Amino acid sequence: FYLTNVRTVLFFRAVESQNEGQCSPVDSLWRRYSEFELLRNYLLVTFPHIVVPPLPEKRADFVWHKLSADNMDPDFVERRRIGLENFLLRVASHPVLCQDKIFYSFLTQEGGWKEMVNETGFQLKADSRLKALNATFRVKNPDKRFTELKHYSDELQSVISHLLRVRARVADRLYGVYKVHGNYGRVFSEWSAIEKEMGDGLQSAGHHMDVYAASIDDILEEEEHYADQLKEYLFYAEALRAVCRKHELMQYDLEMAAQDLTSKKQQCEELATGTVRTFSLKGMTSKLFGQETPEQREAKIKVLEEQIQEGEEQLKSKNLEGRDFVKSAWADIERFKEQKNHDLKEALISYAVMQISMCKKGIQVWTNAKECFSKM
Amino acid sequence: MSCLQDTSLAEANSFSPSMPISPSSMINQYKFEDEPELKDLFVTVDDPESHITAIETFITYRVVTKTSRGEFDSCEYEVRRRYQDFLWLKSKLEEAHPTLIIPPLPEKFVMKGMVERFSDEFIETRRKALHKFLNRIADHPTLTFNEDFKIFLTAQAWELSSHKKQGPGLLSRMGQTVRAVASSVRGGVKNRPEMFAEMNEYMETFSHKINILDKIAHRIYKEEREYFNEMKEYGPIHTLWSASEEDIADSLKGVASCIDKCCKATEKRMAGLSENLLPIIHEYVLYSEILMFSEEIGKLEDKVECANNALKADWDRWKQNMQYDMRSAFTNVADNNLRYYEECLATWESFLASQTVDHHGEEDSEDRP
Repeated sequence: FYLTNVRTVLFFRAVESQNEGQCSPVDSLWRRYSEFELLRNYLLVTFPHIVVPPLPEKRADFVWHKLSADNMDPDFVERRRIGLENFLLRVASHPVLCQDKIFYSFLTQEGGWKEMVNETGFQLKADSRLKALNATFRVKNPDKRFTELKHYSDELQSVISHLLRVRARVADRLYGVYKVHGNYGRVFSEWSAIEKEMGDGLQSAGHHMDVYAASIDDILEEEEHYADQLKEYLFYAEALRAVCRKHELMQYDLEMAAQDLTSKKQQCEELATGTVRTFSLKGMTSKLFGQETPEQREAKIKVLEEQIQEGEEQLKSKNLEGRDFVKSAWADIERFKEQKNHDLKEALISYAVMQISMCKKGIQVWTNAKECFSKM
Repeated sequence: MSCLQDTSLAEANSFSPSMPISPSSMINQYKFEDEPELKDLFVTVDDPESHITAIETFITYRVVTKTSRGEFDSCEYEVRRRYQDFLWLKSKLEEAHPTLIIPPLPEKFVMKGMVERFSDEFIETRRKALHKFLNRIADHPTLTFNEDFKIFLTAQAWELSSHKKQGPGLLSRMGQTVRAVASSVRGGVKNRPEMFAEMNEYMETFSHKINILDKIAHRIYKEEREYFNEMKEYGPIHTLWSASEEDIADSLKGVASCIDKCCKATEKRMAGLSENLLPIIHEYVLYSEILMFSEEIGKLEDKVECANNALKADWDRWKQNMQYDMRSAFTNVADNNLRYYEECLATWESFLASQTVDHHGEEDSEDRP
């Protein structure tokens, strides 16, 4: 499939191409940016162990002055279209995500898709931000690899944003250098009018200066695509962090459950043996107001024993869940790492290719200009 | 030297257009400075030094002269001169040769910009301009033999001071000129108003354009410098990034190194601009200021001796030099830019080669038609 953009409004048309002989009921349909967001949020909650591909930016960021920060700017909209298409391609090529039914119907089902997503009740499954934050601070024994990964994603985010900011400033300055040369054209032309021998050389040199000045527009537009490639990985950093957070949350949950179980076992033991090892309000009040009857104690012990059994089962399953999560998350992270290394290397190569092309254009223009100057 | 006498005679007596000029003085007048074999006087201005006295602070420049001319007692001289001394020389030349185009001096003060009076940049710009000034004189067929010029180049500080104080000689020559001018005007000498009009019209447009060029050239320099400043920060970010990566660390470091090399190349480009184009254009801005003829008759008669072949010859010479200077200055700019782009191209191409060597035979090489 591919995305085409229609009108200047925020609708994008997803067109499904022949896909393994599957007949889709609708060949193309319209989706708003907000629906893409909904899809992604659904995927985030449903596949917490997957590094979910990011969406392109909603608002234009890291712009340099020539590029407008206007969200309706056709160049920006076009780049956003490419970004959204890229997002869908990423999801479609992911071994796990591509199988999801909601994703499939995003591409094929015109009406009622939104309702369908909401019916899955995924919003309820979402972890609260506060809960996650709490877990991050209090977890005692997270898997070291996830801690390292979190640091890496912080570094990646920081360095890419810095790079994009400076790149935008460099682009701005480069634009200035090229455009100022355009001023030569007119002056040379006017000057050539009073010169006899120098006139022709001046005039033609001026023309080449105009060409030089104009060439920067295409050069910088191409560079925007490079910037977009970097931006994707800037946003991927957040997706990495989301997986780490999920792990921390699960680990914290596990630790809390284990702690709870231990304390219940202890309580049970104390009741059974009558020794108070830890301070408890109950213990104090019973000392002050008299001990409980043996029947009361028996009842309590029974309840606790039930809870302990439940707790042990829960702990077992949480442990299993946690280990499964770590295993599958790490597998996806390895997949992601390879993809990232490949993509970024390609991006750097394409940057070099762009620079080479820019240099070649410069050489051509200045060779021509030099010839004109030498005829002055 | 006979030709020296001829030229001064020619000037003093050439208010009548029909006065024949000796062949040897003609040769001098049409000699161009781009013929090094004929040069027998070399002047350099360098080594600015600051002097602090109780009254003032000023800069002196070292003026070194090397010559094979007979009228110089020695073949090498080294003296120190301050800006005031250059001003003195210029005014002496203007008095002695009212019909010739005397090269301009750099400005006394710098109005524009935030250049401090004694900042390194200001001193260097001035030094280059003073060097140009003396060389223009040295290369001028007539001015090069001027007596005050010789004294300027050779006299020790105290000698120059005492020479400066001499008055009479100048006044008498000045008087002669004024009288000659007055007689030519009264005598109804056929002026050449067309030539004057032509020159004036030319200079008006030229002056306007050269000033615009001056602004453009400075603006380009400024933009290139700002670009350079941003580029300085750009490369190191890639190096920083490479520290968190494994697989792509080499590629990132490669890009960082390319950017740094391009950064250095752009610095060279900037330097080329400031060494060549900027001073040349600025000198012609100053030229255009002195060559702009005012409407006052007085100035007119001083500078534009329409009937004076010497001025016409000097004017033609000036135009020839201007053409040569502009051609070589702009060609130099083109060369600088070519060098810059070629350096950057080589850098990026070698990076690309290094990347595609260990590239695991990916799509791009297979998809190529």
